[in-house]
Amino acid sequence: MDALLQPFESFFGPFWPVVWSLVKIIALLVPLLLCVAYMTYFERKVIGAMQLRVGPNRTGPFGLLQPIADALKLLFKEVIIPSGASKGLYILGPILAIAPSLAAWAVIPVNALASPDGGRPIPMAVSDINAGLLYLLAICSIEVYGIIIAGWATNSKYAFLGAMRASAQMVSYEVSIGFALICVLLISGSLNLTDIVISQQPGEHAIFGLNFLSWNWLPLLPMFVVYFISGVAETNRAPFDVVEGESEIVAGHMVEYSGMAFALFFLAEYANMILISAMASLLFLGGWLSPVSFLPDGFYWMALKTAFFLFMYLWIRATFPRFRYDQIMRLGWKVFVPITIAWVIVVAVWMMPPFSGLLTGQGG
Amino acid sequence: MCRALCARPVTGMWAMSEIRNYTLNFGPQHPAAHGVLRLVLELDGEVVERADPHIGLLHRGTEKLAESCTWTQFLPYTDRLDYVSIMTNEHAYCLAVEKLLGIEVPERGQYIRVMFDEIARILSHLMLLGTHAFDIGAMTMILYTFRERECIYDMYEAVAGARMHVAYYRPGGVYRDLPDSMPKYKPSRFKSERQVAELNKSEAREGSLLDFIEDFTNRFPKCCDDYETLLTDNRIWKQRTVGIGVVSPERALALGFTGAMLRATGIAWDLRKKQPYEVYDRLDFDIPVGKNGDCYDRYLCRVAEMRQSNEIIRQCIKWLREHPGGPVITEDCKVAPPKREKMKSGMEELIHHFKLFSEGIHVPEGEVYAAIEHPKGEFGVYAVSDGANKPYRIKLRSAGFPHLAAMDELARGHMIADVVALMGTVDVVFGDVDR
Repeated sequence: MDALLQPFESFFGPFWPVVWSLVKIIALLVPLLLCVAYMTYFERKVIGAMQLRVGPNRTGPFGLLQPIADALKLLFKEVIIPSGASKGLYILGPILAIAPSLAAWAVIPVNALASPDGGRPIPMAVSDINAGLLYLLAICSIEVYGIIIAGWATNSKYAFLGAMRASAQMVSYEVSIGFALICVLLISGSLNLTDIVISQQPGEHAIFGLNFLSWNWLPLLPMFVVYFISGVAETNRAPFDVVEGESEIVAGHMVEYSGMAFALFFLAEYANMILISAMASLLFLGGWLSPVSFLPDGFYWMALKTAFFLFMYLWIRATFPRFRYDQIMRLGWKVFVPITIAWVIVVAVWMMPPFSGLLTGQGG
Repeated sequence: MCRALCARPVTGMWAMSEIRNYTLNFGPQHPAAHGVLRLVLELDGEVVERADPHIGLLHRGTEKLAESCTWTQFLPYTDRLDYVSIMTNEHAYCLAVEKLLGIEVPERGQYIRVMFDEIARILSHLMLLGTHAFDIGAMTMILYTFRERECIYDMYEAVAGARMHVAYYRPGGVYRDLPDSMPKYKPSRFKSERQVAELNKSEAREGSLLDFIEDFTNRFPKCCDDYETLLTDNRIWKQRTVGIGVVSPERALALGFTGAMLRATGIAWDLRKKQPYEVYDRLDFDIPVGKNGDCYDRYLCRVAEMRQSNEIIRQCIKWLREHPGGPVITEDCKVAPPKREKMKSGMEELIHHFKLFSEGIHVPEGEVYAAIEHPKGEFGVYAVSDGANKPYRIKLRSAGFPHLAAMDELARGHMIADVVALMGTVDVVFGDVDR
């Protein structure tokens, strides 16, 4: 690999790190945006099947071109700026929504290649930083600003209510996500996402070839559940979709947006869904690691696990009614936060001697 | 933004600072407005301080319109009142006209009417259930209920030719007997002969309409179980409906509630039992009542009512099968058109036909109130006749109007999301409220 890149590196000289980063960003973002587009197709097909419908089937074979058609339509539509809106902020809103949800992907490793010298595997990520988890938490907190600014700048009552709900909801669930992640980093002993995945590889079950039993989801099962539910709430998806609440506040912060500005909110929402699912598979389901020892590790495991969580999103959406705003708050603060705090304490005590001896092969 | 906010006088320690309520126009262009409801909400944060329903956006002057059409011509207008439970509207109107005329409907006609009344009840409750659940966010329900509604519309189409505004009931009976065959799928470019035959068989379209309805009644309890699996014990559904919009039995009576809205409070008031019309006194069915008078009890009441309706339909099918043939509309040619074949040969019938279709029915002088247990409550027609071929005055008592009028009382102190739940449970159809 290094030998292959050598001529380019000498060609670009001091600009090489910038160019190499850009290449990596494009290599990540293009497939990601395609995934986002086809996530909408997947959603419509899956929910369609659950609801006795067929979903899109007119555009291209099996309707496969539907996302492309939708994107083109939205691109060519006019972005209408309401007369009462604050213009600058109105445009800034969707940008602030999409930027963090894409930026967060910088630290997500999708696979790791075996190192030639037999050391730590080389992660396939834009940047393999040591504070990856902190970076994700920080970026996730920025996401809410796009929605608040959009809701405020629109100067519409429905949008304003949506923004108020968003600010309360997304902030509350970040707390429980944060505590769930603390548990993960406690037992992994690292904030680096690649190391978190690698730390899940050994374990007493792995010796018998049942690697999936040594992943974090089993020792941290309550945290795993809380993390995923909070993730659903964090991305404002059903049953926590009060921010958009179609039948209550029409579309919340998006109500006055049109064309590409509207599409950006959707892209952000779906990118976030994929992000939360990818994080869930990295932190709790061992990322690209194979569930059983006789199958090789690889990117496809990562994709499969992420797809499983995405399917869960859709399944939940087709099944459950929507929570009320105050019930979401109650669930967040009165149920999830106490549970996660208690579990952080349990895990922390467990990590300390004399209990730490019970942890065979975990973290250490 | 300030201009749009509504000023409200404040007193006490906050008098110095300016606190205003947030006024929100909920509808008429709103996904949960169920047509054209405009609800002006005064909000304190998310809590509703006052809900002010503004009606009239679908006002078509139906009552006034009645004064310029003949008694028969007005009948199809009643279809447009509550366009979700079509045949029951016609029923109340026909009952009023029949009462004025003092005529009897043949027994078979009565059974057919009762059967289609109950089908309409299922139709209306399915609509309610689907939209109510959809408003609360359970998006799958509406597609499930519309699957069954599709079947019912097929029945309408088979019996009357139209799927929605059927004009099937007529003063004196029903327009024609049940057909012996159902419309079938035909082979096309997309469906082969074999597929079509299979489809016709699986949807029970091979036999008569009665077979089709019977197949539906066999299937329907299972469908109800499906709905209940999704909702009844669902924690979120319960959180969203239990204790929302509670009405005490006394208040419900004072507010003029009828139908499931009243029964959910625990009062077993049902016109089918209290003043039986047609053949309801010969049928065996129960009146489901609630206990707490909240959204959840109303939901449970309605599901139970659908199951009861299903049983009534079965009993009607049984009777109709045992008593085939016979008239379905009165043979009094001053009210109902004469037989077509007789009209071709008999002078008397020809004259009757001509008079009936040019002049209409002459209804003796008098006034009458006829009410039926409509799916939404008591639907009544108050008709005044001055002996002419047109009504002197028609007053319609719609079930939804008093329910909507209580919206403020129901919604006060709840949150916006609860208003949506209430909108669903109150079950208003604007064709009915605005008339």
